[in-house]
Amino acid sequence: MSAYRSMLYIPGNSPSLLQHAPIFGSDSVLLDLEDAVALSEKDAARKLVRHMIATLDFGRILVTVRVNGADTPFFERDLEEIIPACPGAIRLPKCGTPDDVRAADAKISALEERHGIAAGSIKLHAMIESAAGVVNANAIAGASPRLSAITIGGQDLIADMGAKKSREGWEIFSARGQIVIAAKSRGLDVYDTVWTDVNDNEGLFEETKRIVAMGFTGKAAIHPMQVPVIHSAFTPEPREIDFAGRVIRAAEEARRDGRGVFSVDGKMVDGPIIAQAARVLELAALSKRGGVQ
Amino acid sequence: MTAAKTAEAGSLESSDCLVIITEADKYALDYSGANASLFRRRTEAAVARALSAYGNPVCAVVIKDQGALEPTLNARLETALERAGYGRLGS
Amino acid sequence: MSGEAQKNAIGRDVPKRFFDGRDVIPYGGPWARVTAGDSPERCAPPLGGIARGTNKVTWDVKEAITRSGLENGMTISFHHHLRNGDETVGLILTACEEMGLRDLVLAPSSLSEVHDPVAGFVRRGVIGRIHTSGVRGEVGKLISRGEMEIPVMIHSHGGRARAIEDGTIRIDVAFLAAPTCDEAGNFTGAIGKSACGSVGYAMQDARYARHVVAITDNLLPHRLSRVSVPQHLVNQVLVVDSLGDPRKIASGAVRLTRNPVERRIAQDAFDLLLASGSIKPGFSIQMGSGGASLGVAACMRDHMRAKRIKGDFACGGMTGHMVEMLEEGLFDVLYDVQSFDSAVTASVADNPGHVEIDQSCYANPLNRGCVAHGLDVVILAALDVDVDFNVNVLTGHDGVLRGASGGHCDTAAGAKLSVVVLPSFRGGVCSIKDSVLTVVTPGETVDAIVTERGMAINPLRPELAEAARGAGLDVMDLRELKENIERLTGKAEPITPDRSRTVALVEYRDGTILDSVCRVGC
Repeated sequence: MSAYRSMLYIPGNSPSLLQHAPIFGSDSVLLDLEDAVALSEKDAARKLVRHMIATLDFGRILVTVRVNGADTPFFERDLEEIIPACPGAIRLPKCGTPDDVRAADAKISALEERHGIAAGSIKLHAMIESAAGVVNANAIAGASPRLSAITIGGQDLIADMGAKKSREGWEIFSARGQIVIAAKSRGLDVYDTVWTDVNDNEGLFEETKRIVAMGFTGKAAIHPMQVPVIHSAFTPEPREIDFAGRVIRAAEEARRDGRGVFSVDGKMVDGPIIAQAARVLELAALSKRGGVQ
Repeated sequence: MTAAKTAEAGSLESSDCLVIITEADKYALDYSGANASLFRRRTEAAVARALSAYGNPVCAVVIKDQGALEPTLNARLETALERAGYGRLGS
Repeated sequence: MSGEAQKNAIGRDVPKRFFDGRDVIPYGGPWARVTAGDSPERCAPPLGGIARGTNKVTWDVKEAITRSGLENGMTISFHHHLRNGDETVGLILTACEEMGLRDLVLAPSSLSEVHDPVAGFVRRGVIGRIHTSGVRGEVGKLISRGEMEIPVMIHSHGGRARAIEDGTIRIDVAFLAAPTCDEAGNFTGAIGKSACGSVGYAMQDARYARHVVAITDNLLPHRLSRVSVPQHLVNQVLVVDSLGDPRKIASGAVRLTRNPVERRIAQDAFDLLLASGSIKPGFSIQMGSGGASLGVAACMRDHMRAKRIKGDFACGGMTGHMVEMLEEGLFDVLYDVQSFDSAVTASVADNPGHVEIDQSCYANPLNRGCVAHGLDVVILAALDVDVDFNVNVLTGHDGVLRGASGGHCDTAAGAKLSVVVLPSFRGGVCSIKDSVLTVVTPGETVDAIVTERGMAINPLRPELAEAARGAGLDVMDLRELKENIERLTGKAEPITPDRSRTVALVEYRDGTILDSVCRVGC
């Protein structure tokens, strides 16, 4: 399980935003070569992102780069330029089938080898933005050991479905569910889509709480002011933290006593509950590390 | 007889720089902006590195610096050189 | 350096003598004169009565100047509470020029961009010398180019107060903007169409000037009851149509910054305050009005509300945020020497907990206890800093004068914990230098420097570093932080001013000379 609650999107051709990528307070960043960059500047963006990754100190922040889709003339050049800079992960947009993942995996493997980078060290995040992609979520999730996360692209998905966007997000509830299950069945991280109304932080908070409850491990942000809102929605309630602490302590005791099975608050506790408790404590620790509210 | 290679990259927005590369008879660097007196040596070194990576073409280089960091300067130089047709880094 | 030079305690070159032959005392440490028990004579204005029934009021600028006895070479002062809305300096200097007055010594508490026309008065010989805390715009360039023969004296707020009291600055005529004034000369800045809040700098000038002219655009037909400067200190009341542009005098309430770099600095600086244990019941704090400082104030307010902590006092230049905290009961008292926004003026007028203090009470190191010496924490901005923790708030990257000493060195020395907050780079130039061009606050009075890319703690404060690390904060070596930033910006070439020409002297708050500013082309 990861500790990346927020993923801040930063336009790849904007020096004034990129240069501050490490200090916005998000757990991870997405440096975008795709939708945020004009066609005439694709070459400039990939160079800029490459140099920024190589020079900035990101500390614990996961650096991901969204390349252009495999059906564009920019895809290969993006990978060739970016892979040598060793980002944490490449986000592959418009993933519709497991073959999309495998093709990208093969290209990245070849580039890793050519540049002496440890094989498999650069991860892939698959972005599902179509109905077909949702249908293939299971297969996509199992397509490659390089894949470490799936993410949902709500805007394009809604358009593809011919559905209507609502504040509560009912139209993609099913898609979200399928994607979370597909991801979790393979132990992958799973990121939710952007909340586009930067003036409505209340709506962002409510949506984030909903998707946290569904099992999403992180959410996209399109503005730095959204980051603390997202983090606060990921912060467990005091009750949950208390229960999680007791579960972990009881598990340790049980282990020492050689007991396989134990209970907390009168309920039986097994593997998944312990893992859940560990995650709650991890999120609680993260939220203590601060961030401007 | 082909036209002189010339291309630009970057912009005049804050934290960026505008780089214009033009094929020429001899090397020249026109570096301007608020930091011009502070970063002349740094910029000359960056230009020398970039030209060297592309086979030392003979160019006139114009840089208008709006407070760009080094990675930005280096990226814009490479982009301008590639747009001008001086090849590609790596293969 | 014209004439001989000597090195002071921080290794800076300062002249051996002033322009008039007096010896320069070089800076010898922040508490040198206090520890030595220096007790210079107090320089008070002479007594002098006026006939009973004298009418102090005039509508004629030149008449007021004539009645003040102002002659060539005398010293005039103004306060800077009207900030960039001020029209009084221009009004008085124009009249002085028309009356043929020359070689005046201009000693305002500070100068802003609105005072660009002062450059013209200097060039035409109306002004021969300047004492100020700050200088910007055209006047800054004029001085930096070396157009003034006699070096300008830069004072901190506390230093100016001391200078006025020990006679270094002898004010002949103080022209004090008085937003609301009665016929006897009682005035205040808390009310009126040109209200500016506290008139802390005016209060002191009024006590020590030989002659005081209150300038008002709001003459009351009755007696003023809430008085900042009382009538017995005021010789004349000059009535004008307008003191200046109210929108620039008291700007709209300063808003919390949305700039992510400032917010990050604010959060990290606040984490340091918490780790230091400074935020506890009865604490006191001063913060500036910059984005990062206000961000710290916001974090602090949320924390104080949550933990029900009440502070003794907040001090300095006041903003609406501090007023809200006073009204919420988070502080007992606000000590206001200068009000920064319009949200403050009503509080100055109405709230007994909002106390107007004068410049000496605020920060003079040679009195019986200035407020600055009672501070637990001060948050300070900076133009740049160096690896020895010295701070420059006066000269820009190009070496041109564009800032103000203000209360910086006063509060840095006085506060138990002094934290400087600044972005790691501005306009692509690293904010940490090997050696700042101009020292305004010496490093030994600075405890921590916080940027958005890391914080450093003065080696003189190992217990603070330990507390910070204990709280999980990443404390870096300042040189290492500088190198990290320079990996992004590149290394800037140092400015080389013309060291044969000193254009300004930076006075430390105790009257010793801390640094020299030399000529640069601009």
